[in-house]
Amino acid sequence: MGSRRFLHEKVPLEKVEDCIWRIPKYKAGMHVPGLVFANDNLIKKMQTDRTLWQSANVTHLPGIYKYSITLPDGHEGYGFPIGGVAATDYDKGVISPGGVGYDINCGVRLLSTNLSAKDLKPKLKQLASLIFRNVPSGLGSRRKDFKVNYSELDHVTKEGVIWLINQGIGWSEDAEHCEESGCMKKANPDKVSPTAKKRGLSQLGTLGSGNHFLEIQKVDKIYDENKAKTYGVNYEGQVTVMIHCGSRGYGHQVCSDYLRIMEHAVRKYQIDIPDRELVCAPGKSNEAKDYYQAMACAVNYAFSNRQTIMHWVRQSFQQAFNQDPENFGLNLVYDVAHNIAKIETHKVNGEKKKVWVHRKGATRAFPPGHEEVPTDYRSEGQPVLIPGSMGTSSWILSGANKAMDLTFGSTAHGAGRMMSRSAAKRKWWGRDVKIALEKRDIIVKAASPVVLAEEADGAYKNVDIVADVSDQLGIATKVARFVPMAVIKG
Amino acid sequence: MDERIKFEFLEHTADVYIASYGKTIEEAFENAAIAMFEVMTETKKIEPNIEDSIQVKGEDEHGLLYNWLEALLVNFETKNRIYSKFNIFSFKKNMRSFSLKAKVWGETFDPKKHLQKVGVKAVTYHRMEIIKDQNGVTLEFILDI
Repeated sequence: MGSRRFLHEKVPLEKVEDCIWRIPKYKAGMHVPGLVFANDNLIKKMQTDRTLWQSANVTHLPGIYKYSITLPDGHEGYGFPIGGVAATDYDKGVISPGGVGYDINCGVRLLSTNLSAKDLKPKLKQLASLIFRNVPSGLGSRRKDFKVNYSELDHVTKEGVIWLINQGIGWSEDAEHCEESGCMKKANPDKVSPTAKKRGLSQLGTLGSGNHFLEIQKVDKIYDENKAKTYGVNYEGQVTVMIHCGSRGYGHQVCSDYLRIMEHAVRKYQIDIPDRELVCAPGKSNEAKDYYQAMACAVNYAFSNRQTIMHWVRQSFQQAFNQDPENFGLNLVYDVAHNIAKIETHKVNGEKKKVWVHRKGATRAFPPGHEEVPTDYRSEGQPVLIPGSMGTSSWILSGANKAMDLTFGSTAHGAGRMMSRSAAKRKWWGRDVKIALEKRDIIVKAASPVVLAEEADGAYKNVDIVADVSDQLGIATKVARFVPMAVIKG
Repeated sequence: MDERIKFEFLEHTADVYIASYGKTIEEAFENAAIAMFEVMTETKKIEPNIEDSIQVKGEDEHGLLYNWLEALLVNFETKNRIYSKFNIFSFKKNMRSFSLKAKVWGETFDPKKHLQKVGVKAVTYHRMEIIKDQNGVTLEFILDI
């Protein structure tokens, strides 16, 4: 086996300082260099696939500022590497759907509770079963008693989580604790195709499969007590809930539809790009405006998807304990996007510039004092949520000043795979993965044994190292680490 | 190349990398579709009871492959349909585009009957190759999952 035409272009790399590498402008068409944030081991891994080559390709985007960025969790994606950031000039630059990806606003939300792991233990199994029943997960799954029609779908995608809250799905204070307050402005459902809407209709409030998950976790270690307290993470052993999923078929179709439109755009505007998945359009063009408005709909779909799932998590606590969910806290700590394009202002060579920031597998990490950080958290910085792989740890970090200098206000988003799905299946059986986790006292509810094997934690890089590099660089600093008590998988 | 091999899964870290084969481009496209459904479930358990028609266009053969697989994926997500039998009966190069027409057979996905594997988010152009040589046609493509 092994692919025949799998030739790597050797990408030159210069070490700038500890954990920072530069890809020089080594070929025609590169407007800027690439910058890679990784320790020696992580960089070695990136050199085994096309990550660095893709990072170099991103520098071909017209109007790109400073450098294309690859974060510590960087790995090969489509067009952009996953774990990539690129900022382009708002007027003279381009916007590229590939810089956002297929799963628009794939992201994470974290809930805090006032329960300790000890309090929950007797009810844990029941709670996990209830969540597994209430939150559809896996292939083609949906709740028969929860359906939205086309008009409601347009409300959801235009108005975001506020619309759901007004329907009784969630609490009024939830919206404030989402990036963009749970609703990206400029969302225009008229720019979304009927096919995308059709795919999205039955998938609101579903987890999906692959690397998406829902975990009941406990705080394992607190690294920054003040920041942790501000976020509602109070002590080691406290129970939290993490939800990781995206915009489902709605977002995937928006991306796909606009890749087609952008293919025409690159010819029309004569943009020279080295990879079909990097198609783009000038920020001021109609194609770009339409994409941005459609993408915003998918972003809102994803916020709403996680909001609906969270609502059912709260209901599951209610059913397990026969008490109002408010009694357990169950406050939304924060909801962050990992795949998104935003209009932001950043300093470039000392000058303030309005830019399109593409975050493809990257988390916004705004520092203390930034006006986009919710008022509750502004003094400490934006919460950054980094999920690990199944059965390992997850992190909450805090956005820091260095991110504004180095990474257009961004940091890493996860562990990143190390082993292919086929290799993982050859190595592990789903059943064995489940047994191994249960031996460590972790309850596993999974729709598919195959996904369990593919998602075995040994197939991923160590997320702790990703958090360490981020902390060491000072782009987002460590606040607390969580470990799972129960895992719900698609 | 072994004549019986319709497709195989190649090594790729994050996603699913497929090579499908055929004596003709139609056959390679049909086998690409089987491979995609094999990612999601066990195709041998899908009975070809329901017939659907698919018609797609593409600017080039790569675009046609992308659109063909996407049309099937959309049918899965919107009609809950999974397929195991495919017949592309028309494959044309027009003035400025390519088009195909197919009949496809399968049934409604039932998690009690059909093994759940991993969901496919999207078809991608990444590493997509259409290779024609004396042995026939090889397609290579990656699915985002």
